[in-house]
Amino acid sequence: MTAPSPTAAAALPGAGRPTSISARGLCVGYDGQEVVAGIDLVVPDRTSLALVGTNGSGKSTLLRTLVGLLAPVRGDLAVLGRPPGGAPTRIAYLGQFHASGFVLPLRAIDVVRMARFPNLGLLGRMTSADHDLVAAAMATMGVADVATAALRSLSGGQQQRVYLAQVLARRADLIVLDEPTAGLDAGGRERYLEAFTAELLRGATLVTATHDIAEAAEYDQVLLLARRVVALGPGRDVLTADRLLDTFGIVVRDRHAEHAGRFVVAERAHGQPQVVERVPPPD
Amino acid sequence: MAILIEPFLGNEFLVRALVAGILVSIACSIVGTFIVLRGLAFIGDALAHGVLPGIAGAILLGVPGMVGAAVGALAMIAGINLITRRSRLSSDTAIGLLFVAMLALGVVIVSRSTSFSGDLVGILFGQILGTSVEGLMVQAVATLVVAAVAIVCARPFLLLSFDTELADVAGFPARRYHAVMLGLVALTVIVSFQTVGTLLVFGMLLAPASAGALLAHRIGAMMAWGTVIGAVSTYAGLLLSYHLDLAAGASIVLVATGLFFAVFAVVNLRSRVAHPSALAGRAE
Repeated sequence: MTAPSPTAAAALPGAGRPTSISARGLCVGYDGQEVVAGIDLVVPDRTSLALVGTNGSGKSTLLRTLVGLLAPVRGDLAVLGRPPGGAPTRIAYLGQFHASGFVLPLRAIDVVRMARFPNLGLLGRMTSADHDLVAAAMATMGVADVATAALRSLSGGQQQRVYLAQVLARRADLIVLDEPTAGLDAGGRERYLEAFTAELLRGATLVTATHDIAEAAEYDQVLLLARRVVALGPGRDVLTADRLLDTFGIVVRDRHAEHAGRFVVAERAHGQPQVVERVPPPD
Repeated sequence: MAILIEPFLGNEFLVRALVAGILVSIACSIVGTFIVLRGLAFIGDALAHGVLPGIAGAILLGVPGMVGAAVGALAMIAGINLITRRSRLSSDTAIGLLFVAMLALGVVIVSRSTSFSGDLVGILFGQILGTSVEGLMVQAVATLVVAAVAIVCARPFLLLSFDTELADVAGFPARRYHAVMLGLVALTVIVSFQTVGTLLVFGMLLAPASAGALLAHRIGAMMAWGTVIGAVSTYAGLLLSYHLDLAAGASIVLVATGLFFAVFAVVNLRSRVAHPSALAGRAE
């Protein structure tokens, strides 16, 4: 690997605290074929990590490995102090693709109620506390008014809000989100940012894959991926024009904009030809 | 009124057939709901046909047909698993090939004996009018087992139908509960073959549950609709077969599929009237 060696764990925010995720020499991939190798990562409890990269860069593969859906190709990985998948009651995951909500005869509230299943087991009854969590999560995401509407009657953006409400209702210690803002409108985005900032304050650890560089800059750590580890560290150190060039392939440099602390990233590999992002100026 | 009730008053075998059909309807609508929601129709079909050589072999050996059906279903599930796990072929191809092989094997076994042709028709299309009291007991127990398992596994089954990965992450291993679900499909097919036959049981698995999917906004309601539609089909089908001298099992399945298409048409018409512009967007 020619990738620059990732930041040492000691320099991380909250180092020395209990860790939600620790990976050493981790290689992730499918069917034994590696997608990203050499991942050394420590995510302390109550901190956030953003994964930034193009489609196919390995973001989803890493997330799916963290939640136990894929076995690590090699290397060490502990999630919530256990092998991945070992603590289903403490983890929440929102993947990118959702099965056909179109065929399923489900109401929005039924989807959010699923959040409580890991804690209830096969036959445990929903308590009033469970119902309160479900109602609060739906209110937070602004879908309380469509609670009893059929999932299939909701727009894509509303469905995404319902899925995010499901994640909130998990009350998880570790929240893993794969491009959670896909399909959200501006209002939904705002609620999402507020809700998950609140989750961090509550004490959750947050790992999010995103295309949104401005959002990533707000995270405690940013991991830049391009089928390898481009960089890992605090956003302001990592989200530089050179590294984004390494990550995305094309960075349009504009001297005037750069003086103002901005540059433009055109994401070649992504479906949208011109994703324009701004990064806050370094202090 | 008399033509609607009288046949059942005078003929005990028709009452047994009605009870058997309703039991099959309950089991089929529970299992069929998950087949429809999870897109397992092809596997259900394969299982329904895969049991044929088992039944034929059992009859040849003088063993109860149901035992043979169970062996056939197990072989089918094992075969599907083996092929889909070991090869790069899609499961459609694997299941399709197994399906044909099992059907051919069944016919080959049947063709060994010339006195078998009557049995073959019975296996494929059922002998609901010949349902015995013992047959009813087996049906009832199987239906109870299906219902009990569905209640215990309601949450993992719901998660599986919604998103298999969510089931895994939530601590309900998708592979395990998928296997349980296939087991329920197999059990339903095995105990239903006597009533509606291995070819027609597929119709009872799919038609009432699909109609239920169009009518219901909740999974429980979908099952309830499926049961009602299945039971009505059994009653109407038996009545038709009695008065018009038609094959009973086939009449039942014909009514069930007819009801599905009727519901399909009505629901489509209604949504066209309610949201004339929404149709284009719903084409996905």
